[in-house]
Amino acid sequence: MTSAQTIAVPRSSARSAADHAFPAFGALPRRAGIGLKNEHAADLLRDRPPVGFLEIHAENYMGAGGPPHHLLKGLRETYPLSVHGVGLSIGGVEDLDERHLDRLAALIERYAPQSFSEHLAWSTHAGVYFNDLFPIAYDDAALKRVVRHVQQTQERLRRPMLLENPSTYVAYARSDWSETDFLTEIARQTGCGLLLDVNNVMVSCVNHGHDAHAYLDAFPMWAVGEIHLAGYAERQDSLGARLLIDAHGSAVADDVWALFQRATARLGPTPTLIEWDNDVPELPVLLKEARAADTILAASADAPTHTAEALA
Amino acid sequence: MSPLSAQDQFAHAALDPSAGAPDGLAAWNGSSVEQRFGVYRNNVVVSLVDALAAKFPVVQDLVGEAFFRDMARVYVMQQPPCSPRLADYGAGFAEFIEDFTPAAGVPCLPDVARLEALRLRAYHAADATPLDAHDFANVGAERLFDSRVALHASAGILTSRYAVVSVWAAHQGLGDLARVDQFAPEDALVARPDLDVVTTRLAAGCAVFLRALQDGATIGEAAARASTGEPSFDPAAAFGLLLSARIAIALHC
Repeated sequence: MTSAQTIAVPRSSARSAADHAFPAFGALPRRAGIGLKNEHAADLLRDRPPVGFLEIHAENYMGAGGPPHHLLKGLRETYPLSVHGVGLSIGGVEDLDERHLDRLAALIERYAPQSFSEHLAWSTHAGVYFNDLFPIAYDDAALKRVVRHVQQTQERLRRPMLLENPSTYVAYARSDWSETDFLTEIARQTGCGLLLDVNNVMVSCVNHGHDAHAYLDAFPMWAVGEIHLAGYAERQDSLGARLLIDAHGSAVADDVWALFQRATARLGPTPTLIEWDNDVPELPVLLKEARAADTILAASADAPTHTAEALA
Repeated sequence: MSPLSAQDQFAHAALDPSAGAPDGLAAWNGSSVEQRFGVYRNNVVVSLVDALAAKFPVVQDLVGEAFFRDMARVYVMQQPPCSPRLADYGAGFAEFIEDFTPAAGVPCLPDVARLEALRLRAYHAADATPLDAHDFANVGAERLFDSRVALHASAGILTSRYAVVSVWAAHQGLGDLARVDQFAPEDALVARPDLDVVTTRLAAGCAVFLRALQDGATIGEAAARASTGEPSFDPAAAFGLLLSARIAIALHC
């Protein structure tokens, strides 16, 4: 992963906005993209609306053939593609599933996406796949394990990947790293990039009593190759404090837009995905969210903080 | 605690509501860890029940949403997915339903689940271009009799003691469920020669004929097997089905 490592330089080395996003492999356009949903595929194929890129969940395209591949093949002719895995279980204590790595490699071979990303989480254990992203403890043992798994993935896929910060509802008492330091160290040791999920930042910070602005300030922006935006749902914990759920079933919340603005002020234009996986709205609603993100991305190109940082 | 036992505990508790939250978890404000852990438990079960509901809509129609979700929840806890490729999940749902006593009042339910599972399998099966009449015309009748036919990977055959195709069709708005005699046996062919999954009711003996071809029998052998069990089997019609359903993809003379 030497090519990636050369990019992982300290932020003090000046780079222009155009060099900013972490090159996961082909570079996604620094614009807003949308998650590809079955419900929208036919409309997208027919109208080919201008969105920056499409993102798919890798596991939904691991069948041999049929309509999913037919539609994706057609859409791939028009749109840059991000492949986002949800099932590799990179944070798991068990070895990575070689068969799953093979399936990912085959999918990446088939569609030549501009980016591949996965989560700092685990989802498979003792032969069971849980279809959810479980949290890990942030300690030295976990760091070593995750670094090994990221390296193995990058070697198998023969390209650097992006690793996403998780949304979590509980913490481990034995964690002795902050999440941002933990991610920084993984990126530094493996040369992987990071996927900054701004909604997850809000969800996790509220759920653990952290300051989301401070979290962003501590986030290693030099490694960010993509941003995710989504809607959260709100509950209360047993003491009546807010408990946010990473539900992906509604519009991006105002406070998440504000965090996005703060992040892009530092990052400059960055590939940004609107995720909306449950209660999927009509395509125009999703496209409107993408346009709102594009407006903020465009403004970030000449944001004072960003310019100052780039020139520093 | 070693990380292995921590994830062991977490994994176990995620699927067992009677297990408490795993040890070693914390909440910043001292609120209930059990309640927070419940978010994961809920995500796992609800997302998988939703996945089954999307895969088995006619099963759900037949028993109602509330019953279906209760039944699916039991299945998820007993037989959670073993792979992140969720397209495969639910392949054993029909067998589970067969043993699920509260569903015994709808005897056709397991076979309807089998039909929907075949349709899902067909949806994701490998693509192939079906042979057409020209491909067969070049082979003489004699040689055809001794030929083997490779069927499309999407082709699935179901033999049922129930009117499984009619029940399924009624739920697609293709007939009136009230007028279906559920106890009239029907066989089904499911295939996806192009992009659409097609469900066809098979004439007598055709299921045996197609299964024999899938097992590698020649056309002649397959027809003989079908005739043995079903005197009214019509070999010409069965051969015609290979063409009309567009499920033959290669001919080995």
